[in-house]
Amino acid sequence: MRPSEVKKMNTITLTVKKTPELFLECEHVNPDAFAGKTPDQIAKLGAYQGKEISTLGEYFTVAGEAGATAADTKIVINGDCTKMKYIGAKMTAGEVVVNSTCDMYTGSWMSGGKLLVKGNVHSFCGLAMKGGEFTVEGNAGNYLGAAYRGDWRGMSGGILRVKGNAGSDVATFMTGGELIVEGNVDIHIGTHMEGGRIVVKGNANRRVAGQMVKGEVYVFGAINVMMPGFKKIGETELEVDGTKARFTEYTGDMGERHPTRKGVPVYGRLYMKN
Amino acid sequence: MSEFIIKNGHVFDPVQGIKGDKKDIAVKDGKIVDKVGSGAKVIDAKDKTVMAGALEIHAHVAGPKVNAGRWYRPEDKHFDSHKTAGITRIEGGKSIPTVFKTGYEYARMGFTFAMEAAMPPLYARHVHEEIHDTPIIDEAALPVFGNNWFILEYLKNQEIENTAAYIAWILRQTKGYGVKCVNPGGTEAWAWGLNCLTIHDPVPYFDITPGEIIKGLIEANEYLGLPHSMHLHQNDLGNPGNYKTTLDSLKLAEGIKPKNNFGREQVLHSTHLQFHSYKGTNWGDFESGAKEVMDYVNRQKNLTIDTGNVTLDETTTMTADGPFEHHLHGLNHLKWFNVDVELETAAGIVPFIYDPSNAVFCCQWAVGLEIPLYAKDPMRCFITTDHPNAGPFTRYPRVYSWLMSKKVRDELLNGFKKADKVIGATNLANMDREITLYELAAMTRAGPAKALGLAKDYGGLAPGMNADIAIYNINPDKFPSTGPEIEKAFAQVACLFKDGKICVEDGKVVDMGHKKTFWVDAKVNENKQVMHDIKEKFLRYYSINENNYPVPESYAPHQHIIAVDATQ
Repeated sequence: MRPSEVKKMNTITLTVKKTPELFLECEHVNPDAFAGKTPDQIAKLGAYQGKEISTLGEYFTVAGEAGATAADTKIVINGDCTKMKYIGAKMTAGEVVVNSTCDMYTGSWMSGGKLLVKGNVHSFCGLAMKGGEFTVEGNAGNYLGAAYRGDWRGMSGGILRVKGNAGSDVATFMTGGELIVEGNVDIHIGTHMEGGRIVVKGNANRRVAGQMVKGEVYVFGAINVMMPGFKKIGETELEVDGTKARFTEYTGDMGERHPTRKGVPVYGRLYMKN
Repeated sequence: MSEFIIKNGHVFDPVQGIKGDKKDIAVKDGKIVDKVGSGAKVIDAKDKTVMAGALEIHAHVAGPKVNAGRWYRPEDKHFDSHKTAGITRIEGGKSIPTVFKTGYEYARMGFTFAMEAAMPPLYARHVHEEIHDTPIIDEAALPVFGNNWFILEYLKNQEIENTAAYIAWILRQTKGYGVKCVNPGGTEAWAWGLNCLTIHDPVPYFDITPGEIIKGLIEANEYLGLPHSMHLHQNDLGNPGNYKTTLDSLKLAEGIKPKNNFGREQVLHSTHLQFHSYKGTNWGDFESGAKEVMDYVNRQKNLTIDTGNVTLDETTTMTADGPFEHHLHGLNHLKWFNVDVELETAAGIVPFIYDPSNAVFCCQWAVGLEIPLYAKDPMRCFITTDHPNAGPFTRYPRVYSWLMSKKVRDELLNGFKKADKVIGATNLANMDREITLYELAAMTRAGPAKALGLAKDYGGLAPGMNADIAIYNINPDKFPSTGPEIEKAFAQVACLFKDGKICVEDGKVVDMGHKKTFWVDAKVNENKQVMHDIKEKFLRYYSINENNYPVPESYAPHQHIIAVDATQ
């Protein structure tokens, strides 16, 4: 990017001043909700705790200045967000940096912008992500980048990177985008996957890419138990997320329906690092 | 109870033939009266439209299949989990709303009654639990009979009297309202992995045809003289070319006269006709058959219909037509729910997205609008979305906007991605008719009330009738011209009276009213044969004891029982 195109973002800093007794639903903590508002207006945005609604101002001090649009608004959150849900959910642009661990739904349904969590995230984070970059420096819980419970529309775009481990049911119903877990994952990863790319740099437990229709899964470590619906088809030299190595290539899931493209059935691909 | 006088509104009431004249409506003790005292509370309805409360004749709003839809589609309500200010509870769900949201939303649109269209007798308790929890609106439920083993056996031998006695017994056990028939024979055939796609396809094992079931149920219904007629979901729903089976089914009512004390004139109600009015042989050459079907319906005075309008939304299909749901699942690969209800029926559920970029769905949308636009008698054609199958009932205001404004529907039609194909396969582009407020009052109030046998007390504003009254922010002299304006006016009543009590004000629920469960108690001669058969089937086949079958009083504590004497 040329210097002339670098826009200076306005930054709003939230500092936690009170820990919620239950969990605080921070559906309004994202650049889209903050854009064009003064700190006072932001402090008055609603936040549910259980069935009761209060304001962001009751739990955070709000300082700084928001941009006119989401794209030039950056939010920095300091303090303990362990009981805060929905931070950065549905964001379309701009930037959010959380210097803490967050609860569920962080970065879910985001379609643009950058979200960085410097701690861990709980389950259901990055659900049905459509675009943007979401990075977790710690670990993630279950249902990372998956479809919402019951839904069949999972992650479809963007880059979701977890530097630690992730739990079970990661990337269920994924159709696009890229999900990288630098540590290990538990059972059920890429179930019903129909596009996109998953990279696991550690080990995967069991049921990797079960009922996969389309897409790519790379596992650098070991798979505890391989799904029976995958067929070994050969070996190949690849560069995956900066790592050059030889991979064994599998195709599957043979037990699932497969669409055809120009008369040829399309299968998913599973690559195991040698 | 307090007295009210609704002043200066434009009144639309087909019962009295009032077409928008300014007229005051007086309310006292839950009834509409000639006049009230000077102390009556005045409701100013100047420049507003006044109609009776609307009646929903066909929707899936309570019971095990609706609830299965709720639990297997958490994604339908994920973003609706917050409590808003006021006396209402959390309102969750779009295509399969919670019972609370169901009651509130109907009331906000000016409805005061809804018919649950398919009650599996075995799970009638569940249906009544949900009805009881649905606020404000009165409700009733139609037990399903078209695939019931008793019915199949009696009608095989043309035993109308036994069929009627069994129906009367079921209505009492389940607190049911009338006779529903879904894919006659086809749902039973589904238990054998088969279906009945014409009225001549034999039902496996029972060796009876859908035609015999339909005709027999119509006759048994008239034998009993029930307030509502037989209520039919024909065979071969949703397939190109099915209009022939639809006409064959409707023709079975020819020559049968209504016999009842409720002023009902039809012997057959054909539901969600949109899904049954398709020409062509496949989805490629699919065309509207609405004209053919409605030409026939217009001639036959003993038929009523409802539309089943596709609203082009993401929704949840659910029906006792088990094989159809399996067929849908094969088309869209989305999650499929299927259940068999022992000797009685079955059900299936599949989420469905009527995507407006797909020509087939847009054609279905057009067919749904053609049906009421072809209807010559608005007292025999009612607006439904077969909620939630063709779309959520909360879309009624939008459906009205398409029917009442050619401009609004043509804008949508011409804007479709595949507009040329849709216009070529349907007749909608050439139709200029716009449904008037008076016709709408017939299609949504007076008509359904009459078809349900409730015309004495509901669907009109004549003195003596129940004070269920909807006042809309619509000035008939300055009818709104854009779709969103029409929608908003019908989505949020200015005021809704239910049983003479204000339940909604400015679109906001202010009172939960006193909802009632309607059911029909039909008295028949003692029938030892049928009672013996019931005992035997419970012993041999049912998973529960006969004594655990009836719906106890406590499940419908606020009941409105309509008594019918069919003893001879």
